[in-house]
Amino acid sequence: MRYTLRVWRQSGPSSRGQLVEYTVDDISADMSFLEMLDVLNERLLLEGESPVAFDHDCREGICGACGVMIDGVAHGPERATTTCQLHMRHFDPAKPIVVEPWRAAPFPVVRDLVVDRSALDRVIEAGGYISAPTGAAPDAHAVPVPKPVADTAFEAAACIGCGACVAACPNGSSMLFTAAKVTHLGVLPQGQPERHARAADMLRAQDDLGFGGCTLTGECTAVCPKGIPLETISRLNHDVLAAAMMGQ
Amino acid sequence: MAGRLWASTVGKKAVMAVTGGVLLLYVVAHMAGNLKVFAGRESIDGYGVFLREFLAPVLGYGGLVWVIRAVLSLSVILHMTAAVQLARRAKRARPVSYATRPKVNGSYAARTMRWGGVIVALFVVYHVLDLTAGVLNPHGVEGEIHANVVADFQHWYVVLAYTVAVVALGFHLRHGIWSALRSLGLGSARRAAAVKTAALVVSVAITVGFLSVPYAVLFGLVSDQ
Ligand code: HEM
Ligand code: FES
Repeated sequence: MRYTLRVWRQSGPSSRGQLVEYTVDDISADMSFLEMLDVLNERLLLEGESPVAFDHDCREGICGACGVMIDGVAHGPERATTTCQLHMRHFDPAKPIVVEPWRAAPFPVVRDLVVDRSALDRVIEAGGYISAPTGAAPDAHAVPVPKPVADTAFEAAACIGCGACVAACPNGSSMLFTAAKVTHLGVLPQGQPERHARAADMLRAQDDLGFGGCTLTGECTAVCPKGIPLETISRLNHDVLAAAMMGQ
Repeated sequence: MAGRLWASTVGKKAVMAVTGGVLLLYVVAHMAGNLKVFAGRESIDGYGVFLREFLAPVLGYGGLVWVIRAVLSLSVILHMTAAVQLARRAKRARPVSYATRPKVNGSYAARTMRWGGVIVALFVVYHVLDLTAGVLNPHGVEGEIHANVVADFQHWYVVLAYTVAVVALGFHLRHGIWSALRSLGLGSARRAAAVKTAALVVSVAITVGFLSVPYAVLFGLVSDQ
């Protein structure tokens, strides 16, 4: 199959970018979106042009490195799917596909489709951890965790930090990401000591980094490759407000 | 604590949720009070006097009305200030927009909160000049509530203005009620569907209740005779 792409090309952080049209041939329905970009890049290299830069690593939907805006939807049209797991059979060869980088002030474009997402690391540093005594690993059963609590924590812990929530949010907010971390750690017994301070500190870091505020539009959950539920945000709000009440 | 809260995006949303809740309570009471129009001139005009006489020994004649106005004004100012600040922050957070953006997944109500709020705010100004101050009312006599209302809704354009505003308010409340509970950390996955339905029912009830008066007058079900 042959596809037409309109890809964002930008040579560096401070250069001006633009959408450039390409056609790619020999695309099979079973290729992933990234494999399709690989085919394009091989051709560009043979022609002496610079390949389209994009982030990727595991290509099995678990690392969170990949992620582009495809026709205005983060990670493309399939729900709960990363760009690397998205197959070309979902695209109509007759329609050009627009490919853009994540757009948010805290995610500056590095080159083409690659953005710098280290702002999310700054949010993690502000509180995405628990304090535990070092030494021998504790017994796996030493701290009992009720099954529903473990399930809630696990559901939130599935966040791979890809940044799709920020890209999709009309407010450019990283709320779903932060809320996933706050939920993952905040519902478990091991996360209790820092629970409220964690929520307050991570939110403050997010605000300070220039992310927008959440208005609960639900755009984030809709594109999240791991389907992190919107309820995590309610939990974050709860813990932040509780922290304020307790003067933290 | 208050300053700290106001400094954070979550704190501003909490302020919006609480002030929005105050406004919601007022709107429900106001809508219910309006229905007295159907009980006749004495009923609605008497209700106006009753509100002014209520607690008059303590607050003076009309004192309660002024207390309510103060609370509402404070709520609207806080609500709007937070909304404007959050909208500005959102704009700064996405300086470059996308080339294509299909119809987003969220609800129409969620997407129109900002412009819907502006419509409601402009309407409130017009509404106060119309039925409170009377300067924009075709009859405009203080205390003659029934006559003022009937004079208003003889005109299709007045009915249209009220319809646009009340429908906008209905959409605003549908997302607002649901969103407010989450902003206060009271949302849960288990209750999400029930809360969404309740928000819809309340919003539709308020919209229909408010619109019943203008349309009853327009179609002659309520008149001066
Ligand atoms: C005066 C002009 C107004 C403006 C500019 C305005 C704007 C907004 C905005 C931008 C939101 C954000 C909600 C979101 O996106 O999640 C909001 C929420 C809300 N509004 Fe308004 N609004 C106005 C008037 C009103 C009125 C008259 C009422 C009540 C009758 C009201 C009730 C609410 C409620 C309950 C919320 C939910 C708060 C939350 O999201 O936590 N608003 N409003
Ligand atoms: S490359 Fe790892 S999630 Fe897509």
